Order: sequence, then C-alpha cells, then structure tokens
Amino acid sequence: MPTRIAPLSITACTATSALGHGRAAHAHALRNDLGGLRPNDFTRAPLTCAIGRVDGLESQPVPSAFADYDCRNNRLAWQGLGADGFLEAARACIERHGAGRVALVVGTSTSSIGATEEGYRELEDGRLPARFRSPPLHSPHSLGLFLEAVLGTRGPCLTVATACSSSAKIFAKAERMIRLGVVDAAILAGVDTLCDSVLFGFNALELVAAEPCRPFDPARRGISIGEAAGFALLERAGAANAPRLIGYGESSDAHHMSTPHPEGLGARLALADALARAGLAPGDVDYINLHGTATIKNDEVEAALVADVFPPTTRASSTKGFTGHTLGAAGILEAMLTLIAMEQGLVPATLNSRDADAVCGPQLALAREERAIRIALSNSFGFGGSNCTLAFAGGTSA
Amino acid sequence: MDTLTVYVDGIGFWAPGLADWPAAERALNADIAPQTDASARPSASVLPPNERRRAPEPVLIASEAAGQACAMAARDPAALACVFTSTRGDLTITDTMCTTLAADPRELSPTRFHNSVHNAPAGYWTVAAHCHASATAVSAGDASFAAGLLEAAIQVHADGGSVLLAAYDIAARGPLVDVAPSTLPFAMAFVLSATRSTTSRACLQLRHSDQPAGVSDVPAQFAALAGNPMAAQALPMLIVIARRQTRKVVLGSGRATSLHVEVAS
Repeated sequence: MPTRIAPLSITACTATSALGHGRAAHAHALRNDLGGLRPNDFTRAPLTCAIGRVDGLESQPVPSAFADYDCRNNRLAWQGLGADGFLEAARACIERHGAGRVALVVGTSTSSIGATEEGYRELEDGRLPARFRSPPLHSPHSLGLFLEAVLGTRGPCLTVATACSSSAKIFAKAERMIRLGVVDAAILAGVDTLCDSVLFGFNALELVAAEPCRPFDPARRGISIGEAAGFALLERAGAANAPRLIGYGESSDAHHMSTPHPEGLGARLALADALARAGLAPGDVDYINLHGTATIKNDEVEAALVADVFPPTTRASSTKGFTGHTLGAAGILEAMLTLIAMEQGLVPATLNSRDADAVCGPQLALAREERAIRIALSNSFGFGGSNCTLAFAGGTSA
Repeated sequence: MDTLTVYVDGIGFWAPGLADWPAAERALNADIAPQTDASARPSASVLPPNERRRAPEPVLIASEAAGQACAMAARDPAALACVFTSTRGDLTITDTMCTTLAADPRELSPTRFHNSVHNAPAGYWTVAAHCHASATAVSAGDASFAAGLLEAAIQVHADGGSVLLAAYDIAARGPLVDVAPSTLPFAMAFVLSATRSTTSRACLQLRHSDQPAGVSDVPAQFAALAGNPMAAQALPMLIVIARRQTRKVVLGSGRATSLHVEVAS
C-alpha cells in the first residue's frame, strides 16, 4: 500500500464543455439538471447518436502567432484557457515560482488527430496539402507543444495519452514532481475534441448509443461522445478555501484492450491506493463522480464495486449524461465537476437515467441531491485497462 | 531535489538487424555502420502466440525490448510499474485509419480503433505480463525519450521499487512521411531502480535544466539508425552505456529546456 501524501492546493481551475464556458456555466447546469448533449451534427457521414459539442470552435482560430498549432483540439484548449481567468492565474504562477519551476502536464487521447483526418480527406497527389504540413498538427504531443508555446513554462513538459484515464493521471504525475521537488507547481490540462476517429471508432465497437447516454440505467445502450477542456493549477500552498488533491491511485486491469476486468480488479486497486494516499476509509467519502460511461460492461463492473465497498451514506453519480464522455479530457473535466459539486453542496443527477440497474447499490444518486460534500473521489478508466481514481477535499469556507 | 539518481538494472534493444542489447552493445562500440536487416521481426516471446500474430508493430517491438530488459534485470514484469514513451505513436494505424475515414468512415475496423490508442503497447504488455501496477503512455515530441526517462525516474523515487521504461517508434507511412518522418522501427527499454544492485549496468543522474543546451549528437556511423526519432534521442546515452564510459549526455527536453544526464558505469 502506498503511504499518505501531503495534500496539494488547487489554486485555479476551469472547464469548458458542452455545458458552457467556465465554472459558473457548469454549476448552473448541474444545479438545474440541464444537459449539453444534442443530436450528432458533427460528422459528414451520417451517424445517429448524441454528442457533447462545444460551439464556435470552427470560427475561432488560435492567435496567429501560434498558427502552426491551429486545429480543433488546440482551439478548444485556447478557448478553455480564457475562462475563469485561468490564463492570468497560470502566468502569475509562473511569475511567482519561475518558469523553470513550473511543470506542464497535459492529458489527451485525440490530440490533433482531427487535423490529420482532415488532411487525408484533401490529399493532393497522395500528399497532405500545404496547409496541413505543420508537424505539430500530427503529433500526439500537439497539445503540449501548443500550451508550452502559449504559457512559456520551462519545467518538464509531457503529454499523457492513456485513452480515457489520460487527464486523471496527470494529477498523479504532477503530485510526484512537486513532492520530489522537481518543480514547485504544475499546470494541468486535459483537452479532447470530437473527430471521426472516436465517433466512428466507438461506433464500430458497438459502444455508441443512438440516444443520449443513460449511465447505470438497465436500458442503457452505450456512450455519447463529447469534447472538453479542463485546466488546473497545483501548488503546495494555497488559500484556505482552495480545494485540495489529497490522493490518487493508478492501476492496470491486465485483462483486455477494450473490455474492463469482469470483477473490476484494476478499478478496485486504484480505489484502494487513492484511499491509502489520502488516509481515508470508504466511510469518509461523501461523493464519487463515477466513470459511468453507460456501456453495459463499465457500469456493471463499477456499480458492483461501489455497492461492495461503500456505505449508503456515500453518494455516487455519473455526469456523462450532462457532457458526454469526453475521453482524454474526462479525467480533468470530471475532477472539475466534482469540485463544483463540493463548492455547491450538491450531488449531481445521473442525467437521462430513469432507473438504476439491479447491480447498483443504494449509493447511486439518479436525481440531484442537496448535500454537503467534504471528501470526494473521481473515477476514470480507459482502454488498455488503465485505471485512475482521484481524491479531493473541499476548501474550508472563509 | 535537483538531481534524481537511478540505476539501470536491465537493458532491452531492438532494431532491424540488432535483435538485442548484446548485439547493440557490439555495434555501438564499432566504428562502422551496423548491418541492418529490413526483413527482421522481433520474437516478442513475452506475448501469447495469438497476440504475437495480430499485434501492431509498436506492441511487438516495445514488448520485445521490455521483455529483454526485465530478463536482464531478473525482475518479474508483473510487479513493475511501467512507462511507455513514443514520439509519433502508431503511424501505421494512423495512416490506415485516416485513409479509411476519408473513404468510408463506416468501414473503420473496431480492432484497429482500440489498437490506435497511444497506450496500446502498455495495455498489451500489462495483459501479457499479468501486471496490475500503474502503466503510463507518454509523448513529448523530440523530447519523448527525456520525458519518459524523467517520468520513470520520478516514479522510482516517489513510490519506491523498480520501474520499467520502454521507448519506441515505428517507420512512417503514406502522407505522414512528410510531417512525421521515421525510416525504421526501433525500441529500447530500461529497468530502473533507486539503489545499485548486482545487475546494475549504469548509473544515471538526471537534472532538468530550464535553459536550452546543445543536445548530444549521434556519431555518423549510426546515422541510418537515427532515422528513427526515438533512436536519435536515445542513442547518445546508449552509446555511453555500451562503451562503459563516464560522461554527461544532454537530451532535448521542452521548447527551450534540456535534461542533463551524468552517465557512469
């Protein structure tokens, strides 16, 4: 078992998704059960499904100084950076600690693959057209390269790409860097955008629902895909009312590339490590933001684990019905939704779901609940059997 | 902490015609270009036979190097947290998928899609090795080797125990040749530990610098091997280890930063 870690303050954070731009838009959606999914109007070829799309990206390129990085994913990153004063907070943090003492750790699964897809649709004599020949548009590290250029950090910079756990695992990497004194602060970013690869890819795996996803409902038929950008600033010290990262657990299923371990072994290990690092028992946890994708298998395995480990006083819900599954951005987006739930004193509804599958325990909240949340977890599981659970504590009220 | 010290307890290496570390060690000590064999395929014996037949090339070569490193270090891979790093990811799948999506997106193969994730080699490796520890897949452009090495060293010191690092790239295909050049497949792996043991082959002292520095170059006789971006990044350090020298190697890090590594035997 890992040993307990010192909490880190989350001194600034923000999210942009189908629910809107910034924390207030997300809080408004959670408080009023307003989902952001809509019928698919993204793909050229027809595909009947719901998507969580961010408006306006088509007409908002990144600033011309960064034109080599201009693609949907980096546009969403740029739009996300502008919300909640995050860009200014990040620059102030760099000023405070020195650029070399601030890491930039990003998580993405799509990266800029949408630009590669677009280039392939417009091949000229078998070659990418000139406007698609910028190498950073075809790199798994496109997001990191773009943000490093924008922010001017000089600490370590890397992309974590472990499918749908990507931007949860960045919290773990940043904590280790800060604990060992490699850096004093870390800027975390998770950005994934809609593209044909993920929409038609998940569809080929028969994991996409025709209607908006219904996590944990016995009639669930699969996921809805969304896009999002989330950012967080991690530092040792912060204001008393700043929320804190208090633990995390990472594990591997060692079972299959795209199907979870039938007994949720990896998820259980990630949960146990997160609780150990946070110094918590299951009964201490007030809320769990579940991975809850609305696939048959994920929800079955995750629900059984929650029912087995936690008392009924621990509340649990999936916010995928609000935003869709934002894949590589899901870890940080749902971390942000968890922090908003803590700040607002509400357990978000499991939107679109009418009934709970028989495997669910009494912990599952289908409807929104008003409730103080002091300690919360967020689960993210990905292809390759990659699992990550994050643990947060709310800030003390001023 | 300014400096992270780790010991290399096992080394894996695979390139066409250089099938393991002993072969690489001989080649990297020579003054002439190594013989390559474009038709060579790794045995990847750590993978079950059915997976070996179907596995994408990055899975094969990364597993081959990782398996060699664990064998040399005499470590059970089931117990090792692992970090996989690649500059470009699976360029073959990217090329095939983007070609299919441009022609008829509904023809996309489900298997190809789930194999397209950057952590496919990490995923297949953990399945084959029965490894339930943390597995990570990272990328950092031309600093992908430095980023993977630093991340693995950080994990060694943060959580104790040994960590497996596997670094790979495959050859570019189709239109990607213009924007993501890579001329051949290459993979290497280290098993890294915090303390020296009887199997330790080298000591690495890592220090991140917030200043750019001249990156260590690859001697001319290895230029063909360095047509692979990961080989270009990793070879300066592997040459120092193969020649049992004590020397500083400078790796490209971020936009304007560098990773300084004091290598000693």
